[in-house]
Amino acid sequence: MLTYLARTILKMLVTFFVIVTLVFFATRLSGSPIDFVIGEGITQEDRALLTSYYGLDQSTWVQYRAFLASFADGQFGLSFVERRPVAEIVGERIWPSLQLLLSSVVLTLALSLPLGILGAVYRKSWIGSAVMVIAFVGYAVPNFVLATLMILIFSYWLNWLPVVGNGTPWHFIMPTITMSGILIAGLTRFTRNAMLDVLGQDYMRTARAKGLSEQTVIFKHGLRNASITILSVIGLQIAGLAAAGSVVVEAIFAWPGIGDLLVRSAIVRDYPVLQFGVIAVSVAVLFINAAVDIAYAYADPRIRLGRA
Amino acid sequence: MADTAFTPSIAANSRLKGASAIWRDADPIQRAAMVLAVILISAAILAPFIAPFGPEQQSLIARLRPPIGFERYKDGYLLGTDELGRDVLSRTLYGLRLTLTLALLGASIGLVVGGLLGILAGLIGGVFEDMVMGAVDTQIAIPFTLIALLLLAIFGSSIEVMVLVLGVYGWEQSARIVRGEVRRLAQMPFIEAARSAGASGPRIAFKHILPNVISPLVVQFTLSLSNIVLLESTLSFLGLGVQPPTATLGAMVGIGRDYMPTAPWIVVAPALMILLITFAVQILGDWLRDRTDVRLRAR
Repeated sequence: MLTYLARTILKMLVTFFVIVTLVFFATRLSGSPIDFVIGEGITQEDRALLTSYYGLDQSTWVQYRAFLASFADGQFGLSFVERRPVAEIVGERIWPSLQLLLSSVVLTLALSLPLGILGAVYRKSWIGSAVMVIAFVGYAVPNFVLATLMILIFSYWLNWLPVVGNGTPWHFIMPTITMSGILIAGLTRFTRNAMLDVLGQDYMRTARAKGLSEQTVIFKHGLRNASITILSVIGLQIAGLAAAGSVVVEAIFAWPGIGDLLVRSAIVRDYPVLQFGVIAVSVAVLFINAAVDIAYAYADPRIRLGRA
Repeated sequence: MADTAFTPSIAANSRLKGASAIWRDADPIQRAAMVLAVILISAAILAPFIAPFGPEQQSLIARLRPPIGFERYKDGYLLGTDELGRDVLSRTLYGLRLTLTLALLGASIGLVVGGLLGILAGLIGGVFEDMVMGAVDTQIAIPFTLIALLLLAIFGSSIEVMVLVLGVYGWEQSARIVRGEVRRLAQMPFIEAARSAGASGPRIAFKHILPNVISPLVVQFTLSLSNIVLLESTLSFLGLGVQPPTATLGAMVGIGRDYMPTAPWIVVAPALMILLITFAVQILGDWLRDRTDVRLRAR
């Protein structure tokens, strides 16, 4: 178990370092970002001043070391656009993103676990087919199309829901549904498949043969065994999907979170913010993945007992 | 490994049957998807001939006109016009053409690059394999939307950069699948036989291994095609993809959003077109995967 733990953490650290390095060198490929940020019409002196202010006149190697050092002081450099520490800008946006993520995860779990179980148990009747159709539609409808159509119907035609911001509980409805759409589709499918795998096992027949009620068989024997697989999927896939989804959803609904910040800083080429935002989100995803890996290993005696 | 849960392994033993057999085996939804795919591809190819107007042709006297059947409809503009008096139908057709072209190019680049790296990693092994698989793991770990945002911010938004970004998508899945297959095949007697008969490395790679990994690659290609269509339209929607005035479906939805209260038709036509594409490609991708995956066929 310890070797496994050490290996997982080491792998995470290596990936982290690779991401940081790639992000840094990628942003240096395109030449000086000063021209994009300031625009045309500044004097040569001002340009030189700004270049040295941001340390862009130094060699790439020195800049790289400064970039790594900026992680140490906790400020992560200055935004080109807002002239404030990046940590401050990103920090303000964490809570709104988390709120949206939490409400989406709650909605996703509340819908997809029951749907997936229904889909597996009643796989041969219309209920099972209906579940598969829901899962498929959720997967095939792009989130920005879903969001646009919802805004058109519920905001402009019916005038029920607000479009932008995160002020009231009403503001949560459309972003949460949009964000959950693809998550629900994915998780429903996998809950169903995990349950199907379990339902075909010998111990399920044994449980029925013992005379246990169908409810006990499905929930105590079935769901509990399937939940290991389901849990790993929640961690491994949901983190990545949610990170990608939040970019789109937050940009559409002008939700003041990290995803919205990333799109804005990509459009105006605010490299320090974009770099740190990408790194921060990737690290969050990495961290969740590693945590799930470890939890999964702990739950699986074959790995826990040392044959990693 | 737990992380293969979303991408079931694709077994190699599939045989391509004749078109009539494929049609007979398909269920109604799959048949609908096939017909739809044929229509969409034909529409994309024939866009310059069937579109009533040029995609960027403006008409100031026909701005924001609704589709046929509504008041203020202007003759000839079947699906209405946008804020610059451009024909929505023509732009949707050209947008479909561009989206499908970009997706095909992107998926092909990913397939070739990933496939080659996968074969080489599997055959050469050692440090090279570690490096390729390290890159694969890294890309899987980072949500691709973030990589795309970064690349587009750095290189700017143009059609060439877009193809590059879409090409970077999905190579890692191809590489992983191919490497796995190569490792499996390398143990097979026929490879050993080829080797002892004195076949060179490249000959083994291309004559003996490549034909065996084609079918899982075809499946992977279809799956990444539908994801790339989504990715391209999402990025264009956010204003980071191909820049105006070029017609892409995502950008039409993105820009048309501003006119939604008064002119919803600008958004509805391209949005429905995106739905049709993803519907067709997803169904066909799933169908192809199920046909080639022995593990799933039993269900």
